[in-house]
Amino acid sequence: MTGRLSLFLAVMLAVGYAFLYGPIVSLVVYSFNASRLVTVWAGFSTHWYVELLHNQAIHDAALISLEIAVTAATGALLLGTLAGYALQRYRRFRGRALFSLLVTAPLVMPEVITGLSLLLLFVALEQAIGWPAGRGMLTIAAAHVTLGTAYVAVVVEARLAAFDRSLEEAALDLGARPAKVFLVITLPLIAPALAAGWLLAFTLSLDDLVIASFTSGPSSSTLPMVIFSSVRLGVSPQINALATLFLVTVAVLVTVAGRLMNARAQDS
Amino acid sequence: MSAPAAAAPAPPTSHLRIEDVVKRFAPGGAAAVDGVSLDIEAGEFFALLGPSGCGKTTLLRLLAGFETPDQGRILIDGADMEGVPPYRRPVNMMFQSYALFPHMTAAENVAFGLRQDRLPRAEIAARVAAMLDLVKLGHLARRKPHQLSGGERQRVALARALAQEPKLVLLDEPLAALDRKLREETRFELVRIQRRVGITFLMVTHDQEEAMSMATRIAVMSAGRIVQLGTPQQIYEAPASRFVADFIGGVNLFAGRVVGAERGLLRVDCAEAGAQLLVEHAALAPGSDVAVAVRPEKITLTPEPEARNRLEGRVLGAAYRGEASTYEVELAGGKLLRVTLTNTQRTIRPLAAGQAVTLAFEPAAAVVLPP
Ligand SMILES: Nc1ncnc2c1ncn2[C@@H]1O[C@H](COP(=O)(O)OP(=O)(O)OP(=O)(O)O)[C@@H](O)[C@H]1O
Ligand SMILES: [Mg+2]
Repeated sequence: MTGRLSLFLAVMLAVGYAFLYGPIVSLVVYSFNASRLVTVWAGFSTHWYVELLHNQAIHDAALISLEIAVTAATGALLLGTLAGYALQRYRRFRGRALFSLLVTAPLVMPEVITGLSLLLLFVALEQAIGWPAGRGMLTIAAAHVTLGTAYVAVVVEARLAAFDRSLEEAALDLGARPAKVFLVITLPLIAPALAAGWLLAFTLSLDDLVIASFTSGPSSSTLPMVIFSSVRLGVSPQINALATLFLVTVAVLVTVAGRLMNARAQDS
Repeated sequence: MSAPAAAAPAPPTSHLRIEDVVKRFAPGGAAAVDGVSLDIEAGEFFALLGPSGCGKTTLLRLLAGFETPDQGRILIDGADMEGVPPYRRPVNMMFQSYALFPHMTAAENVAFGLRQDRLPRAEIAARVAAMLDLVKLGHLARRKPHQLSGGERQRVALARALAQEPKLVLLDEPLAALDRKLREETRFELVRIQRRVGITFLMVTHDQEEAMSMATRIAVMSAGRIVQLGTPQQIYEAPASRFVADFIGGVNLFAGRVVGAERGLLRVDCAEAGAQLLVEHAALAPGSDVAVAVRPEKITLTPEPEARNRLEGRVLGAAYRGEASTYEVELAGGKLLRVTLTNTQRTIRPLAAGQAVTLAFEPAAAVVLPP
């Protein structure tokens, strides 16, 4: 690279960043605004954070969101690990290409379609076998599992591709049975990828609005749904505060997940 | 399995017996291992030597149980290994990449196999300590592999392969990842350790010096087959083919035709040498095509006047290697020869390029090979 950016490039970079992050910065700044009016700055205050602490509706929604996210991430971890393992380790089985496509399709599927089709599925299932009875946290979590599985599968597959198979062979050679080898060699060594996959699935579930809206029931509004509906009634600075907290949480989780995915340097 | 062979197989007595093993990776494709038969006795340090891609690693993997032979049998102390998975074979392998478990310390790596054997804790600890002492790594027991140098990792891998006291240890290019100096020191070390533990070693290498200096016997492989089997000296001094002669150390080869035999010597007419050469060899029919092989260090310079196999030539170039110098000499007919002279004195003056020289070798110094 040449030493210095030309002025033009520097300006374009600034404009680009401003476009991407300006709104988020202003949201964070105004969450500390003393004024009730979102557009008028009236000095620094943590008033809205305090108020948020006492908002029962938001508490409930946050708990629901967390519960769904933990359930969905755990389900996605189990299914995604199996799928990623199958894709990486069994290079030739009938329908492998189709399986690979189906596992990863949710990554590129429009959320509206995923949400709508799952809604139709749940309704049809309820009519056919009476389960799931109505829609609620269970159906949202199930819907989020489909999305999270794809992410976990991709992360696990990539990790296994970089895995030195001779480690597993060495363990077999030393007398460990295949199941034991998986538990004491493979699993610990891909653990960072599993943790990263779980965190990604958790984050996706936490901030999904579209799919959750389709598959939720009357008493199962997630945090993004509560934020979205309250914004339509006018933006309260409380929502700014909530969004800021949300932002920090997601940023931390994604950073940790990224670190874990890159934690390869050690094993060579 | 062919029917008659199954009737009354001779009881296998050797420690490791490989019977006509064939392995193809693709059905109908070239065989990576092509009909190898081998008997190895207990306590041997055996080397499989061959160029890259000749099937050495594949043969080791067949013995360890990671691959299954398409044909043939593998017997260890008389027990047929067919269908026996790697985790039940009395064989341990030291991998070319060492394959140390990165999330375990050196001691845990060495203990891994013992844990699988469900030995009592105290015994595991004692064995691990003994093994690490054997490879002189007692002080680094608690380091993880990434905190160890290449040479130290290699020792941990060896200790791990020895810890279970297997009947046979397979070593895939055990020294390849070490630098030259360390590699040479480690050769002696490995032999010393093998003598001490008394376990049979089967080592794979493509380095002829390594095989010769360490092994009690060597099998030279080429394209999936064993082309010669013998002690290092047999392989070096009496190679069975041009391939072996050329692969093991340098060699000068003359194509020629047998003229006659006289008192245990064969007279071979070599146009390339511009002379008839006398070689110690049993009589062959006159007119047969042969090759005469002479090692560079068995050629002498400034021979006695009555010396046989005299050749006239001109020095083309020299390579000084410290303990010896290798000269390239062009014979009158244009044939290039390599001649190695030991530098017995510090002040020896190297031969200058262009200098005319007379070379000679004893009839016993040369070998007659198939053309
Ligand atoms: N898993 C495999 N699938 C297909 N072909 C293979 C496989 N493993 C080895 N081969 C082929 O079998 C032949 C022998 O390979 P092998 O690894 O045994 O060679 P080698 O003698 O150990 O060579 P090197 O000294 O380079 O390690 C090669 O032609 C190689 O391409
Ligand atoms: Mg190899």
